[in-house]
Amino acid sequence: MIKAWLVVKELLRGAGITSRHFFVNMTFHTLRLFGIKTKRRGAVTIQYPEERKELSPRHRSLHRIRPRDDGRPSCVACMLCVTVCPSECISVEAAEDPDPEVQKVPAKFVVDLNRCCFCGFCVEACPVDAIRMDTGEIRLASKTRAGLEARLDKP
Amino acid sequence: MLADVLIVLAKVVLALTWTLLLALFLTWVERKESAVMQDRIGANRASVFGLRLFGLFQPFADAIKMLFKEDFAPTFSQRALHWLAPTFSFFFVSVAIVAVPFGDTVRLFGRRIPLQVVDLNAAVLFVLAMLSLGIYGILVSGWASANRYALIGSLRGAAQLISYEVALGLSLVGLIMVFPSLSLSRIVESQGALLFGFLPKWGVFLQPLGFAVFFLAGMAGTKRVPFDLPEGESEIIGFYTEYGGLKFGLFMFTDFLEVIVLSAMSTTLFFGGWQVPWLGDGGFAFPWGGRLDVAPWAVTVLRVLAFNLKVFFFCWLQILTRWTYPRFRYDQIMDLGWKVLVPLGVGNILITGLILAARG
Repeated sequence: MIKAWLVVKELLRGAGITSRHFFVNMTFHTLRLFGIKTKRRGAVTIQYPEERKELSPRHRSLHRIRPRDDGRPSCVACMLCVTVCPSECISVEAAEDPDPEVQKVPAKFVVDLNRCCFCGFCVEACPVDAIRMDTGEIRLASKTRAGLEARLDKP
Repeated sequence: MLADVLIVLAKVVLALTWTLLLALFLTWVERKESAVMQDRIGANRASVFGLRLFGLFQPFADAIKMLFKEDFAPTFSQRALHWLAPTFSFFFVSVAIVAVPFGDTVRLFGRRIPLQVVDLNAAVLFVLAMLSLGIYGILVSGWASANRYALIGSLRGAAQLISYEVALGLSLVGLIMVFPSLSLSRIVESQGALLFGFLPKWGVFLQPLGFAVFFLAGMAGTKRVPFDLPEGESEIIGFYTEYGGLKFGLFMFTDFLEVIVLSAMSTTLFFGGWQVPWLGDGGFAFPWGGRLDVAPWAVTVLRVLAFNLKVFFFCWLQILTRWTYPRFRYDQIMDLGWKVLVPLGVGNILITGLILAARG
């Protein structure tokens, strides 16, 4: 008998919690509907494509090659990123650079995003800080595989 | 004669429209209410010409989606029965709404038109019978699917519904003893009186235990979440596993119709139906002595509004329950039905009988 009463009590408490959430959230929804600004919102979710959350500064998103001052890619085609990449998704073709100080440039720098696991090892390995993952681009969907092969040496 | 037929036809159409529209929008209410309870926003993307209206067009989008889905039937299924099962479920529940009084009477063109499709003199039994016949939809769907798991699910459903029919019937006996009538319109009319001079004589004040048993058993009858063993959509396989598209939609719609019928029956039997507290035919007569005259048309409007508000409240309450509690285990369902609700129902009859006998 006591046990049954405890069950009923807990059931009512559960209904109390959910209905409290309902009424509190409804109050804030209603206030905001009538244009009254409240500090709290009725929901913790955001309307994604229109509203974006700010990405953390260390968030790893789509790669980019940092350009030099004159606009050419700063990569020296040393192949360290290709070597360290655990997914083997980076392919670099080197070419000669007219500037004797630079010697090599990538003729082709492709990151295959089908394979990339966004570990950031390439960023760590780069001796000239050329590859970075700070574009903030996280919508990397494509209908073809070729669409996910990012050419980084061309803007 | 022709006018009478036309009036009945109009009432049938209106009652069906009211029920189906309410059921349609209950799908939206369910999504939104659950979202608000869980600090989300819920479906709000469906729009017509850029007009969103909080996603109010979502039910129509869902309906269109279901209409255009493939009409699939498994190879070994019994085609005719596979088709008939959802219609059974749908028909028996939607027909139960004809017995519910939506309001008192309207005077139109010198006629008194009761706002009730048919004033059956055994309406309580009629509604209970129609809700029980809904079992056939479940059983036939499980049988016709030619799927063992669907069959087991439908047997689970039948066992559950039959168990709770007993409690449902017993819970109403006490009420019928207090308001000695089986006609819903008579029961509602007698709830207009006052108790101790100030409390509306609603069924819930006379039969609190009866209401608790009725509502719990009725919720078990709607086969929704705390009692959704027949379906068990996420884990155990239920009776409409082999259904898709419009036929599945009919089963889903039936659940919402059952929610509405249970709400309407709770309102009618236990919460005064269309009665507004202290509102008589001439206007309000407050127990603390005030009077407020209300025009006859306004009285009718107020009463219909009161009925609708009460029904909405019970729909809300059922959706709240559905999104609060997890599913019962099968033995817990059977325990609750046979060991708790049935004895409580019998006890309620006993107590009611003793009190009635003591008062002479």
